[in-house]
Amino acid sequence: MTIQADLYLENAVTRIEGPLVFVRRQVEVGLNDAVEVIGTDGRTRLGRVAAVDDDFMTIETLDSTSGLSMAGTRIRLIGEPITFALGPGILGRVFDGVGRVADGGPPVAAHVRAPIDGAIINPLRRAKPEDFIETGISAIDTLDSLVRGQKLPIFSGGGLPHNRLAVEIALHARLRSGKEEPFAIVFAGIGVPFDQAERFRQALEEGGALGHTALFLNLASDSSAQRLLTPRFALTAAEYLAYQEGRHVLVIITDMTNYCEALREVSASHGEIPSRKGYPGYMYSDLATLYERAGRIRGRPGSVTQIPILTMPADDITHPIPDLTGYITEGQITLDRKLDRAGIHPPIAVLPSLSRLMKDGIGPGFTHPDHPALANQLYAAYARTMGVRLLAGVVGAEGLTPTDRLFLEFGQRFESRFIAQPEGARSLEESMAVGWELLKLLPDAELSRLSDEQIRHHLRQGGGAS
Amino acid sequence: MNKAVIRWISGPVLRAVTRDPFRIHEAVGVGSKGLLGEVIRMQDDEITVQLFEDGTGLRPGDFVQGQGMPLSVPLGPGLLGNIFDGLLRPLSGENRDFLVPGRFDPPPGRFLFASTVEPGRILKGGDPFATVRPLNRAASQPGKEQLCLVSPERAGEVVWIAPAGEYTDEETVCRLRDGQGREVELAMRHAWPVRRPRPVTRRLPVGPPLLTGQRILDTLFPVARGGKAMVPGGFGTGKTVLLETIAKWCDADVIIYLGCGERGNEMAGVLDEFPQLEDPRTGRPLMERMVVIANTSNMPVAAREASVYTGITVAEYFRDQGLKVALMADSTSRWAEALREVSGRLGELPGEAGYPAYLSTRLAEFYERAARVITLSGENGSLTVMGAVSPPSSDFSEPVTIQTKRYVRNFWALDRKRAQARFYPAIDPISSYSEDADGLAAWWSQEGAPDWAAHRRRFLTLLEEQTRLERMARILGKDALPPVQRLTLLCAELVNDGFLRQSAFSVQDRHASPRKQIRMMGLLIRFMDRAALAVADGVTVERITALSILRRLQRMGEEIGDEEWERFDALDALLESDFSALAAGGEEKRS
Repeated sequence: MTIQADLYLENAVTRIEGPLVFVRRQVEVGLNDAVEVIGTDGRTRLGRVAAVDDDFMTIETLDSTSGLSMAGTRIRLIGEPITFALGPGILGRVFDGVGRVADGGPPVAAHVRAPIDGAIINPLRRAKPEDFIETGISAIDTLDSLVRGQKLPIFSGGGLPHNRLAVEIALHARLRSGKEEPFAIVFAGIGVPFDQAERFRQALEEGGALGHTALFLNLASDSSAQRLLTPRFALTAAEYLAYQEGRHVLVIITDMTNYCEALREVSASHGEIPSRKGYPGYMYSDLATLYERAGRIRGRPGSVTQIPILTMPADDITHPIPDLTGYITEGQITLDRKLDRAGIHPPIAVLPSLSRLMKDGIGPGFTHPDHPALANQLYAAYARTMGVRLLAGVVGAEGLTPTDRLFLEFGQRFESRFIAQPEGARSLEESMAVGWELLKLLPDAELSRLSDEQIRHHLRQGGGAS
Repeated sequence: MNKAVIRWISGPVLRAVTRDPFRIHEAVGVGSKGLLGEVIRMQDDEITVQLFEDGTGLRPGDFVQGQGMPLSVPLGPGLLGNIFDGLLRPLSGENRDFLVPGRFDPPPGRFLFASTVEPGRILKGGDPFATVRPLNRAASQPGKEQLCLVSPERAGEVVWIAPAGEYTDEETVCRLRDGQGREVELAMRHAWPVRRPRPVTRRLPVGPPLLTGQRILDTLFPVARGGKAMVPGGFGTGKTVLLETIAKWCDADVIIYLGCGERGNEMAGVLDEFPQLEDPRTGRPLMERMVVIANTSNMPVAAREASVYTGITVAEYFRDQGLKVALMADSTSRWAEALREVSGRLGELPGEAGYPAYLSTRLAEFYERAARVITLSGENGSLTVMGAVSPPSSDFSEPVTIQTKRYVRNFWALDRKRAQARFYPAIDPISSYSEDADGLAAWWSQEGAPDWAAHRRRFLTLLEEQTRLERMARILGKDALPPVQRLTLLCAELVNDGFLRQSAFSVQDRHASPRKQIRMMGLLIRFMDRAALAVADGVTVERITALSILRRLQRMGEEIGDEEWERFDALDALLESDFSALAAGGEEKRS
């Protein structure tokens, strides 16, 4: 027998329990098929078939089941998994968390319909991400470079300017080749307050980027089960724009912490055995199905680059949410409260930040041949500074050796001149020039990551310190 | 063929009714797409099946087909140089940008076959009967030569063997008559159940070192052939880069690289980079000695559970050809998590941190498959296993780290502080250890380093001392330390910078031969001795810090390539002249 589309079941509900609706079925359904549960209140709730046997099926609704009754509830069977109708018209539009137009405009003309769970990219067919993206942020461009097809999250905390940073990156991001290539932004707000979503929209509009942006907003007031779908709709749109329309898509997802909270809530309502801190044991795999949707595919022009933002509960980087994310993503940009309080923007904590794909996008042929050595040396020197600061905190600056005092000075300038960018975006050349300038402070013996040639050429030419 | 009909399905678990004699752990194909699964439970006329693939769209009434054997993989000449999923299905093939669940049968590969036995010869299980070389469409010359082995479960007298020529790996190329007079057909490949270790004649104690080309490993924490090592480290500490670096430069004949629940882009990186690299010992592409098994984190979890067994079974197959094999598993924690997830779904009682109580047994079974052996055909083979562990919150007291530690002899702990300073490989010399090291001094002696064990001990003591002194300096201030202790700190820094740090991306530095390591170690020991004498003579530590030799020693790994021995000789001379000048200068001052 073939799948029957658009069938309605009436008076078939036998039990309702939390988000689960148990239904007697007389028709064929497949696992994970989409359904709509229509209550007597007239509201339509999206759901999917979570289990099925000879006589019954279990439907997991993605909205609240509150208000449903056993009698009168109708179930519409869609006959296939949840899909998203997509066309080039999605750019410049605003959607709710489940892909419905939410800006009062007309529906989007659909060219294709794609299942929102996406497909697994064949690792063999992936193209290695190696196109350096200049973000205009020194700490990122020089030390933790972003490349196309990467997933680089921002680990932030409540009250830190992660959204401002995300907008700055979205507005400045460009390839150094200067080639004009079609670009798009997909923004997914998960459980965001309305005013924050609005601020984001405004910033993009003022920056002139709204026309090539698709916004997906799951507001804080929407149901938590819907939060699980929002990034999937957004990524499905991104994949369409990248692999069908050939655009380079930057996906910004904020806030993944809300997503994980929703995952915990839904898992608990299913009665699953919790793992760390009550989060389900499959959170790693679940997050991976989202993050792994970044990448490039050989022979296709576009790319999907992800910048998921998450707020670390209590600024704790060992919390399961940042911890599992860090194990999947290709590095992380960590924001620091102390720097933020000192008025340094962007307040990027350099040491715990990392970009794993950086090595593929910098150096000869990509940026500057000495870029890797410079990044290495800045890292080593700043790490040394942190050790010296610890020491100075106990014995005082007087107890330090002269060299150690130089490192204190270096660290202070590194934060106020290199990390902080009161003047706005910098080109990579400008960022690197600041970096070399700072290293002039240190004696040769402390620059073990640089070759003699690099020291001569970049540091000692203009007769700086020796 | 056994058949069953689905009655209930939820997520990756289904129940089906049958009257056929299914067996526990029998592999099955489900539905019209033939999704792979495994029987995990039986009750009355009902079997419970776990799916290795996404079951979206399956419905009651669909068929389940038994395959008559446990989950097995085909082992043959098509493995080397290729990439597979966790169930050893090739990922190559045209137009497969996205993986769709279900059977995928790529056209069989073609191989150059040359028999090594004649009719009449008696073959037992595990004996080689031919050599074979893959024919790549792209490459101009055939690939690496391998042996064709009789499956360990077959034996008999050769009645016919195919003449030399081109065949696919599925064709019958040899016929045996076994003890009962039945005819047995052999192809170039044979299937083997992944959860069962392949038999050997005898196990041997671990052998000479598996050289990784990484100084901190070979010199401080070596692993012996047939040994096992674990690499625990939080995210961003460089587990993957370390394992990849070892995969590139270690002196094994065959490398099995198992990406278990890790990143797709990393796999793309491996596939992009390895074919371009040359094996420094054979001059052939590195990819030729590799088998990559990629089960990325977004692939179904049950397949992740199986992928570890797939990997080690493939590794054993090459060991049985009398080769030195190394397996890198990245990461075994993802595998343990898959065990936990599957166990949770079956409603088993959870043990520590939700892991099943049999976690420790499974880990033991896996690591015990690493060994140096006499194969069934009487050859020497070895399988060395290196497993990454990803402890949540970098907490080394979590179950997977603790349980793994019980079964491995070498512990390479990655340290976040070092990684943050971009000090790679970020192996912490204080908490890491190598139980294999004691047995390897004789080997280093033969290589021309009779003092290897003593020097190694000195390095380790020095680094230990550094931690202690730094703690003290934090209270007193560095200036308050006596010169001897300040010199210790200087030497420890030098050993760290000049020896332990090694760039995986520098062509000169990414691989160090044993001889280069011996030379570097010798130079550093001499520096330590001369500096200690100088300080005893009253020379200040500041003046030693200012010596030009110091910077040269810091950077010698990167600046001097393998084989450039005369440049090491020059460093020897510079060291002598620097310290002589120091002594002369000291005397001038005194007079």
